[in-house]
Amino acid sequence: MIKVLYFARLRETLGMSCEEIDCTPDTATVASLMGLLSTRGDVWQQEFDGCRPLRAAVNQTLAPNSATIKAGDEVAFFPPVTGG
Amino acid sequence: MKWRFSRQSPEVRDGLGAHMTVRVQIEDFDAGAEINRMRLNRPDTGAVAAFVGQVRDLNDGAHVTAMTLEHYPGMTEKALESIVDQARQRWDIFDALVVHRVGTLHPTDQIVLVVVSGAHRGEAFSACEFIMDYLKTEAPFWKKEQTPVGERWVEAKSSDDSARERWTGNQPENPT
Repeated sequence: MIKVLYFARLRETLGMSCEEIDCTPDTATVASLMGLLSTRGDVWQQEFDGCRPLRAAVNQTLAPNSATIKAGDEVAFFPPVTGG
Repeated sequence: MKWRFSRQSPEVRDGLGAHMTVRVQIEDFDAGAEINRMRLNRPDTGAVAAFVGQVRDLNDGAHVTAMTLEHYPGMTEKALESIVDQARQRWDIFDALVVHRVGTLHPTDQIVLVVVSGAHRGEAFSACEFIMDYLKTEAPFWKKEQTPVGERWVEAKSSDDSARERWTGNQPENPT
């Protein structure tokens, strides 16, 4: 299993802040996980089809789409940050 | 030269105040008290640079009545500590403090405080600005504004990316 978190605009649009997803070949990288989430359609497709600016973190560190994911990892998706 | 409080001495550095602090909190902060604490922390301090960010009542042409700041607990602290650590590796600073508020804030409320101390102003100024530029682009905070026409998520600005990028170039960065 991997833990997936959503923040800010994504959390509101998707109506979800956290879920657990079984490990499959589709969850091997950030990019493939985004592809899997996009197949849920509707707002998921809007957020994860690569058209909207999106950032990812693996185990609480910013990660590129090529980053690998393994069982037990915490993956987060969120819009570009706007603090300070 | 070997001074008792030599900046190059790791044992002095570790013993006398190389404590980095990062705080994420709902409560307000007292910038003056934090500056004084750092200023008095070690007697070889010659410069303290500080930045305070506050809520504006106008953003992108709209009146802002309130703002809610969300963050990613756990990653936020790690990201801020990493940014402070990078600043410490680049400049010979003594101490650094980052305080960032979350929750609902109103115009003129303080949002963020960065305080950096060093022997001279060059390191302190540069490290303070570096920490803010990286915080704006890497620390997981998100602002949602309340305006008279409804709520909206603040969009990230390309100017913030540009501000960060200038630290990765080859231009001189430490005007001491």
